[in-house]
Amino acid sequence: MGRKLLLEHENVPGIQGLEVYRAKGGYRSVEKALRTMSPEAVVEEVKKSGLRGRGGAGFPTGMKWSFLAKPPGVPRYLVVNADESEPGTFKDRYLMERIPHLLIEGMITSSFALGANLAFIYIRGEYFYVSRILERAIAEARAAGWLGRNILGTGYDLEIHVHVGAGAYICGEETALLESLEGKRGNPRIKPPFPAVKGLYECPTVVNNVETIAAVVPIVNDGGEEYAKIGVGRSTGTKLISAGGNIRRPGVYEIELGVSCDEFINSDQWCGGVDGRAFKAVVPGGSSVPIVPYELFLKTAAGEDRLMTYESLSDGGFATGTMLGSGGFYAYNDAQCIVRSTWNHTRFYHHESCGQCSPCREGTGWMEKVLHRIEHGEGRMEDIDLLWDIQRRIEGNTICPLGDAAAWPVASAIRHFRDEFEFHVRHPQKVKDPRHFEKEPFVRKPKPATV
Amino acid sequence: MGATLKAVTTTEGVAPFAFSEHALAECHAIMARYPEGRTKSALIPILHIAQAGNDGWLSVPAMDAVAAVLGIQPIEVYEVASFYSMFNLRPVGRHVLEICRTTPCMLRGGDALIAHAEKKLGIHVGETTRDGLFTLKAVECLGSCGTAPMLQCGATYHEDLTPEAFDALIERLRATTVRSNYTDR
Repeated sequence: MGRKLLLEHENVPGIQGLEVYRAKGGYRSVEKALRTMSPEAVVEEVKKSGLRGRGGAGFPTGMKWSFLAKPPGVPRYLVVNADESEPGTFKDRYLMERIPHLLIEGMITSSFALGANLAFIYIRGEYFYVSRILERAIAEARAAGWLGRNILGTGYDLEIHVHVGAGAYICGEETALLESLEGKRGNPRIKPPFPAVKGLYECPTVVNNVETIAAVVPIVNDGGEEYAKIGVGRSTGTKLISAGGNIRRPGVYEIELGVSCDEFINSDQWCGGVDGRAFKAVVPGGSSVPIVPYELFLKTAAGEDRLMTYESLSDGGFATGTMLGSGGFYAYNDAQCIVRSTWNHTRFYHHESCGQCSPCREGTGWMEKVLHRIEHGEGRMEDIDLLWDIQRRIEGNTICPLGDAAAWPVASAIRHFRDEFEFHVRHPQKVKDPRHFEKEPFVRKPKPATV
Repeated sequence: MGATLKAVTTTEGVAPFAFSEHALAECHAIMARYPEGRTKSALIPILHIAQAGNDGWLSVPAMDAVAAVLGIQPIEVYEVASFYSMFNLRPVGRHVLEICRTTPCMLRGGDALIAHAEKKLGIHVGETTRDGLFTLKAVECLGSCGTAPMLQCGATYHEDLTPEAFDALIERLRATTVRSNYTDR
């Protein structure tokens, strides 16, 4: 289980440059699509591939593309989401830094399929240096005739520009991203209308994650059916996982969807197991997905081996499952405190709330305050139920999913680690030392299999 | 957005601002990327250029100059500048050290790095050293979780940081006279 479709050439010297990239088969998908296929045929291959959005939501890409409105005389846009702000996620940065032309190639092929003549890469401002790498790649591609007017003599025109942001998690949400790209605050828009109908400059727009657009390259080269042969069920193809936390081998790994969770976290091919202690919990898909105890990451509540797929990771719903999300994977060892981590997560969401919707703006602040006092030995037993109540009133009551993303880590931490919260209330003196579980790990009481 | 740095909302005692010729040419090149009538899109990229040309922060005169270049109202610039965490609305040190404090970094010692930095520089998060060389910030996830703990200074990521590596970085930065900007090439 080690086929690589995106990172096959990650370690080839000079792969950042056009010459080596081309020598390794780069830009074949552009030749194939522009010279031998219709735009509709490219969309069809993407549909057949079963590719799902790699930014976190997992929505079928071909379907998203087929929703794009095509009123005559109105420009259409492709916008690549390179905001990559979900904590734990650093795969797109790696891909853009290592193999920038793969993204450019995917954008040309995708823009052709969508009928876009202008495309943008919206990249988070912190990745300024990566934007320079992309700009160089675009200039190289343009000089070689892969961009600009009349590409390959086919009459198709395309320009790609890199647009840097300036630090705002919310701009990873596609409508906030479009607002930001228009030079405004990153306040998410009310949907509908969806970007496919009214997106950038009120024109039909497709917004896709970096990895999603890169995956279009092997899909067009080898055909959607070949791509769909990799993986399990509706989780087709490969996925980049950025692995961090208390593992021995942090890094970016391309896995075939369907690798077992046990193998992924413990084998030396990937995470390489725990960093000298014992695993306690896992967040497999970025900070917004539910945190699960290590045992529930390895096996479902029914005792089946869990797999790195969209379906298997969410098996059991939020009671016992989690989500594949963005692939921002991080693991906790037994020196870590779940209350401290939940407080940290919540501070993040409070800081990043755009402030439009009161449940999110106020609720994240209240949760941060309550979690701060529990973690610092000043909590009350009823605070735990209060937290539960606040998160429940945020979820589903906001314009964009940031509210849900702020609620889920709190809900899952209480669901699975309630005894650890209670310990904080009972032992205020012990938890005043910020490294309270380092010397004496918290021992969880065994739980019944069903919750 | 939780602003740790409060805005300076006056022009009194604040140096005037003008784009250099080179910077102005860059602004116009960026504006040309967007469709006709949509040049306001260039606002954030141009704010980065203005900040780099104004000692690392956006004063009211600097923001007003951005509004003039784009032909928009100053308030359209202020409301954007105050939303995004990379824009400093108060003067900062020559090198702004932004240490990631979000959970994945915390799991790998981000908190300890922040504590070490405070001690080494003799300031708290959000403050600037008396000599004006360093501003210390704790920021949210920078997408460098596999190489944590880490910090960003200007355009550069400093990763897998130990206390020793942090101290060595401080010495290197002390020795340079050039400001660290996000826009550095």
